[in-house]
Amino acid sequence: MNLTEKILAKASNLKEVHAGEIVNAKIDYAMVHDLTAPLTIEAFKEIGVKKVWNPNKIIVIFDHCIPASSIEAAELHKRIRSFIKTQGIKNFFDAGRGGICHQVMVEKGFVKPGGVIVGADSHTCTYGALGTFATGVGSTDMAYVFATGELWFRVPKTIKIHASGKLPKFVSAKDLILYIIGKLGAGGANYMALEFTGSTIRNMSIDGRLTICNMVVEAGAKSGIVPADEKTLNYIKLRTKEKFSIQESDKDAVYEKVLEVNSENLQSMVACPNSVDNVKPVNQVSGVKINQVFIGSCTNGRIEDLRIAAQILKNRKVNNEVRLIVIPASQEVYLQSLKEGLLEIFVKAGAVIGNPNCGPCLGGHMGLLASEEVCVTTSNRNFIGRMGNPSAKIYLVSPATAAASAVYGEIVDPRVLEEE
Amino acid sequence: MKVSGKALKFGDNIDTDVILPGKYLVLTDPKELAKHAMEGLDKYFLKKAEKGVIIVAGENFGCGSSREHAPIALKNAGVNAIIAKSSARIFYRNAVNIGLPVLECKEAVEKIEENDEVLINLSVGEIIDKTKNLTFKFTPLPQFLLEILTQGGLIKKLKKSL
Repeated sequence: MNLTEKILAKASNLKEVHAGEIVNAKIDYAMVHDLTAPLTIEAFKEIGVKKVWNPNKIIVIFDHCIPASSIEAAELHKRIRSFIKTQGIKNFFDAGRGGICHQVMVEKGFVKPGGVIVGADSHTCTYGALGTFATGVGSTDMAYVFATGELWFRVPKTIKIHASGKLPKFVSAKDLILYIIGKLGAGGANYMALEFTGSTIRNMSIDGRLTICNMVVEAGAKSGIVPADEKTLNYIKLRTKEKFSIQESDKDAVYEKVLEVNSENLQSMVACPNSVDNVKPVNQVSGVKINQVFIGSCTNGRIEDLRIAAQILKNRKVNNEVRLIVIPASQEVYLQSLKEGLLEIFVKAGAVIGNPNCGPCLGGHMGLLASEEVCVTTSNRNFIGRMGNPSAKIYLVSPATAAASAVYGEIVDPRVLEEE
Repeated sequence: MKVSGKALKFGDNIDTDVILPGKYLVLTDPKELAKHAMEGLDKYFLKKAEKGVIIVAGENFGCGSSREHAPIALKNAGVNAIIAKSSARIFYRNAVNIGLPVLECKEAVEKIEENDEVLINLSVGEIIDKTKNLTFKFTPLPQFLLEILTQGGLIKKLKKSL
């Protein structure tokens, strides 16, 4: 069995499972945020069960519209807070307490190797970076979990991604995952799991691994997973005392296919409008004039990302024609950036700093785009209308490319900084 | 279980942001959500769908977000079923869970044209284009998914078993 099959077998109390089988798995933790919780609560009430299966296993995080951006959002928040009180749910992160749900889930120690986690958000796959099986579900599935603590899954086929070699300067985890999505296609891993191996992944920070697993859903994947190693354990040790057991793929594990990536030849990449798999090396689109740059989101709002951006923006100014929005992914990241002086660098460069939240990524809260505007962003989707007006254009890039582009007022390969 | 309606055709990679833009996720009333279904793609969608339609689409229908608002908006706008070349995982689950069938059949997608009268027999795995008098076969849904659909969704099914 491969790693994903082993985790699902254990959670389903079965000795062995294989791709294609349907299993009923016990859920370790279930997460909802401010936009998906209300439908979940309605569906849960319809079931007619009075109490959730385990109030300590449910985590509620406000991140999409915080602080409330409209009366409707405020009413949603109110309804959710009331449900939390009634049910005795303690793991609740309101505005100013947590940040983006996926970052908070890993920071607060809910994610451990070998576990099964569902979240009512498609980017729940992020947690695979710590060797867990995690996947996004809708509100009805989540209501079922709230009532029973279990959920059915079709055991996915697995594609192994083997990335080896050192990433060149300015090229990061985001460029690697954009490259992989470009190869697989937007539906190329539909219903499958991606298992990441190789020296590039082993040498990558946890922040980088989180970025990679975050975006697997953009190739249609159900989950992404990085086998737990020393780095994973060191990260988790600081965050939880709960027990867990590490598993690994068998030597004779079955994979749908293996994709080999030579990281040494990789360049900075960009996903061009309006599809995440419309991926090109940045230098093929350099020169495109831009109106807004966003550095943040559950893909690239972590401390490592902000450090890279600050390194580029230090003693430089954001181009006059560009608005730069920087949003740390969580209160913890916010505080760390503050301590390291990164926020001062951003403010001096002319950036807007947001409170930890999803920001412009979902197009419902702040930093929306007008017609025909162009945005360069470190987030994960460039669908039509994603960040505002449907005629606006969204380019997905790494933090280095985003910061360099903000300075130049057009899309640039960050390597131009070397030539300055 | 049978469903029918006029065909409404769409292309590949119809994502959840197009089906229901993020700014409407603060809404929870199905009727309000329905008003904004496919808004970015077709302003007249609601008018076309209100008498009952079958969406016929290309690859990877419903890719993107886990927002259940998307299939809820489609269902309440009048969509009775979706036939696609392929569909995205979370959308597929969400749609079936609320009692909206999603089927995969490449041949049907290629042959069925806009406004054709379509009848789907879910239990036997058959799509009939009544306008063209053509029949297409698809792999019937697994039994327990069919049960979710025939019982009106996952919540109703769970309620019965409790």
